[in-house]
Amino acid sequence: MRSLLAHSRLWILLVAVALAIAACADDAEDVTDEGPDDEDVEEPEDEEPDDEEPDEDAVDDEPEEDTGIEGEAVSIMTPFADDEEQANFLSTIEPWAEEHGVEVEHEGSDDFETLINTRVEGGNPPDIALFPQPGLMRDMADAGDMRDLDEVLDLDAVEDSLIEGTLDDGTYEDEVVGLMYRLNLKSLVWYPVPEFEEAGYSAPETWDELEDLTAQMVDDGNVPWCIGIESSGATGWPATDWVEDIMLRTAGLEATDAWVEGELEFASDEVRGAFEHFEDITGGFSDEYVLGGNTGMVTTNFGDSSEPMFEDPPACYMHRQAQFIQGFFPEEVQENPEEHVDFFPFPPIDEEHGNPALTAGDIASLFTDNPAAEELVQHMATAEAGEPWAEAGGFLSAHEGFDTSLYPTDIEQRQGEFLTEASFARFDPSDDMPAEVGTGAFWTEIVDWIAGETDLDSAVEGIDESFPE
Amino acid sequence: MGQFGGAIFAIAVGLLGALAFYWLLNKVVEALPPAWENRLKPYVFIGPAIVIVATFLVFPALLTIRDSFHGSNAEEFVGLANYRQLLGDGSVWSLLLNNAIWIVVVPTVAVSIGLAVAIMTDRLSSTWERVTKALIFLPMAISFIGAGVIWRFVYEWRPPGRPQIGLLNAIVEAMGFEPIHWLGTSDLRLNTLLLTVIMIWLQSGFAMVLLSAAIKGVPDETVEAARIDGASEGQIYWRVVIPQIKSTIFVVTTTVMILVMKIFDVVFALTQGRFNTNVIANQFYFELFQVRHQGRAAVLVVLLIIAVIPIMIANIRRLRQEEALR
Repeated sequence: MRSLLAHSRLWILLVAVALAIAACADDAEDVTDEGPDDEDVEEPEDEEPDDEEPDEDAVDDEPEEDTGIEGEAVSIMTPFADDEEQANFLSTIEPWAEEHGVEVEHEGSDDFETLINTRVEGGNPPDIALFPQPGLMRDMADAGDMRDLDEVLDLDAVEDSLIEGTLDDGTYEDEVVGLMYRLNLKSLVWYPVPEFEEAGYSAPETWDELEDLTAQMVDDGNVPWCIGIESSGATGWPATDWVEDIMLRTAGLEATDAWVEGELEFASDEVRGAFEHFEDITGGFSDEYVLGGNTGMVTTNFGDSSEPMFEDPPACYMHRQAQFIQGFFPEEVQENPEEHVDFFPFPPIDEEHGNPALTAGDIASLFTDNPAAEELVQHMATAEAGEPWAEAGGFLSAHEGFDTSLYPTDIEQRQGEFLTEASFARFDPSDDMPAEVGTGAFWTEIVDWIAGETDLDSAVEGIDESFPE
Repeated sequence: MGQFGGAIFAIAVGLLGALAFYWLLNKVVEALPPAWENRLKPYVFIGPAIVIVATFLVFPALLTIRDSFHGSNAEEFVGLANYRQLLGDGSVWSLLLNNAIWIVVVPTVAVSIGLAVAIMTDRLSSTWERVTKALIFLPMAISFIGAGVIWRFVYEWRPPGRPQIGLLNAIVEAMGFEPIHWLGTSDLRLNTLLLTVIMIWLQSGFAMVLLSAAIKGVPDETVEAARIDGASEGQIYWRVVIPQIKSTIFVVTTTVMILVMKIFDVVFALTQGRFNTNVIANQFYFELFQVRHQGRAAVLVVLLIIAVIPIMIANIRRLRQEEALR
């Protein structure tokens, strides 16, 4: 006790310092505590733009120099993981960023969905995110994490500019929360040109012709299809694309939308019929019709599955896959695509429904009220924004008036034309279904069905049961 | 200050704050009469740890149990619907069966191999003992996901007539048979058993190291006494050595068992649970990240917690008995 008294002054000082540090620590904790709490922080912020900008047009009309966004930063999260894709994406953003003196922080990941979930739930969303699937985007919009783009964009003008139906892809409960940025065209069948012609085959224009062609190939002792549906945790999606493409052609847009809503059951004649068409054209997934048969389908990675088509002689002659698959073709094909490969549109089945386009794409959503990010979204809504990427290849614009001559190859130019001429475009229906179905039961049941572990009846029933009540 | 600088600052402040906090509490307790000082001091140091563990372990566990009675975004109360949905669906019983296979096969085989190797290497010269043990222990250094990728190349299947890059199928084909789709063959749960082989490969080394240490700890006198009494080598191991290392065997078995209950990486890397190889942790990942149904994901965690509890209790009991013997 004595020594304590003797040093009492020193003690008081130390205690004071310690208390000060402890207080600092408390402050720091408070800051991090509040950060993640969306509801406290974001709600008042969400109201701000409403107060400040009652007139939407005012935002658009303001001269860009006056917005005071210079020196600001915008964070963007995308599913673009490889270097080339990232560079291409940034080529559409950077000219704008330089002009406005805005710093763009880009984070691309091939585990985008897990990452964005963690970031948003942790209360630390990026300013802008590009969703490869509208399903997750809508879930987040449902949780109230997203901005209504009506506050930021002149939606009428955007709708006029976009290909019919694409604005719907970013719509959630009558609010536009996403903006189609890059389009993926799925309804394509690829074939190796020289070998195809040498064997005396020609690109079919109708489903009947396609059936005849596959039958002829089998007669010739050739395997018509290369199909791989393995894709790690997402295994099955290439097979669902087949069914969806057929569905659009046999049942039309309205029935497809009813199907997405859960109003048209998987067990209905329409949807079952699409499954059956798929089974028929692939000869019941037998190894005469599909390389490796059904086991080959479920074990071959979608990215690797097109490769045997370019062997000599080709191990298969046709591959139905979106335009992005070109990036997976062997190097010598990619260097000189026009000599090696071509596509024909997935043929129409029922005349009534014409030749629709099944699409996917990357949809931009805005999470914050960062003014620089708002302006960037306005930039991204223009057709011109995509031009640098379009010229580099691998980018199809969602804008109707987009100059297709900008696309670097004949193949891409014809894809662009197919898109604008298609009777209608529809985003991958399974991506629009509730996650339990679209990325759950639909994938698992179709894989089990193809693998021969369940029959079609129990597969479609299993999917129907997974619809949330 | 960027996000990174802010994070560093927060960590520094937090650490200093924690140090100051302990230091201050300690001083306060030291200022008390000695009797009280002794009584309170342990709590000063253990108390905050207990609070932290409770916050980050017990509290989330309780939240998980709460979530398991809620819907897909953990908001609306749905009662037992998630449980009914999962347990009423035949596929969950199938994955529980797979987990059961894992729990029985891996610890049993890994510990048996580990024990056999430990016994046999015990008789080698010290150089060879070291070499053999190192070889068996080596896979322990590989991550589960890495091991999964390695073994993919063993089980890989390609359509007949195409180059087989999988080791097993290359052999099968060289012998003149059609390649077998190993991971797709769920007859007698062959594929699950093939997956457990990977885990056995990984865990035998762990079992061996601990068991070998235990064998070395068996007093020579007891072995010599048995030998003088005319016991055969087999009898010495079964009647003298093994009873003395029983507790180590038990601990190793339960450790491997708990590890295996959470098995995820190996299954995810090779089959993602397809072809009837699904397990609880993999289904959990599926429900949470793919289907985004927090309620059902929580149910699976609760099932896992319930399954681990008996083993934990057995382990703690065992530990208490041993403490009591000392």
